Amino acid sequence: MRDRRGVRDARRAQEFGGFIAGAAGRLLLTATLLTAEAPDANPRARRLLTRALAHTYAHWDHPPGEDPYDRARGHLATHYAHAVWHRSRPHGPLAALSPRERLVLVLRLYEGLADEQTAALLGLPADRVRALCDRATATVLHPPPGAVPRAGGPLLRRLQP
Amino acid sequence: MIRPEREAAVRRLMEAVPVGVPPELPGEAVRRGARLLRLRRAGRRLLWLVLCAAAAAFLTWAALTRPWAEPPSLTTPPVSGWQAGMSLTCRAPA
Repeated sequence: MRDRRGVRDARRAQEFGGFIAGAAGRLLLTATLLTAEAPDANPRARRLLTRALAHTYAHWDHPPGEDPYDRARGHLATHYAHAVWHRSRPHGPLAALSPRERLVLVLRLYEGLADEQTAALLGLPADRVRALCDRATATVLHPPPGAVPRAGGPLLRRLQP
Repeated sequence: MIRPEREAAVRRLMEAVPVGVPPELPGEAVRRGARLLRLRRAGRRLLWLVLCAAAAAFLTWAALTRPWAEPPSLTTPPVSGWQAGMSLTCRAPA
């Protein structure tokens, strides 16, 4: 029993190492875009990613066959959505967006999720995701003059009663 | 600009952000993940332990009190004056 668990843990550590080597950079960029921090000073994005990766490690084979990247990304997005971010000056290309627009834009365009998948992940209707994405795209390409980034807050009300 | 073009432009902007993974991040993630896993396993073990203890307690109680056995009747009066080959007779009052 102990031996079998030891073998399983070793295999998990090895597979997880491979996964991190391939995915950590991309996921860290996702997190940094979400928190709108500077690329070289992104403590919140790192914390977010560390938590998501720890969660992925703990649930490596449960349920079997699930894509670890999907799990890590889902954890990252929902934790970002439900955290209250007391932000300092936002940074980067998405600085002018509200946290929710940023979340939708990153998932839709950077991560390449479909409208429906994004909607399911965030608990929003698909039309709303499409509208948010369009508006955010327009804001990024043509930032309104003197744009003041909107204040953070809990992004998603829990829709289910 | 049409929609796909605009989306591609935004995607390029996002992909241009240079981010390097700090070398200590994977180790920290594994450390925290292993702790989570240990906690989860300990929780599951505790749950099984409680379940087994409850089952054992129930079996002991059931074996001692035998709740399925019919309790002795408290209302029927004891039968007396009955002998083999005889039926109970109701004697008429003299």
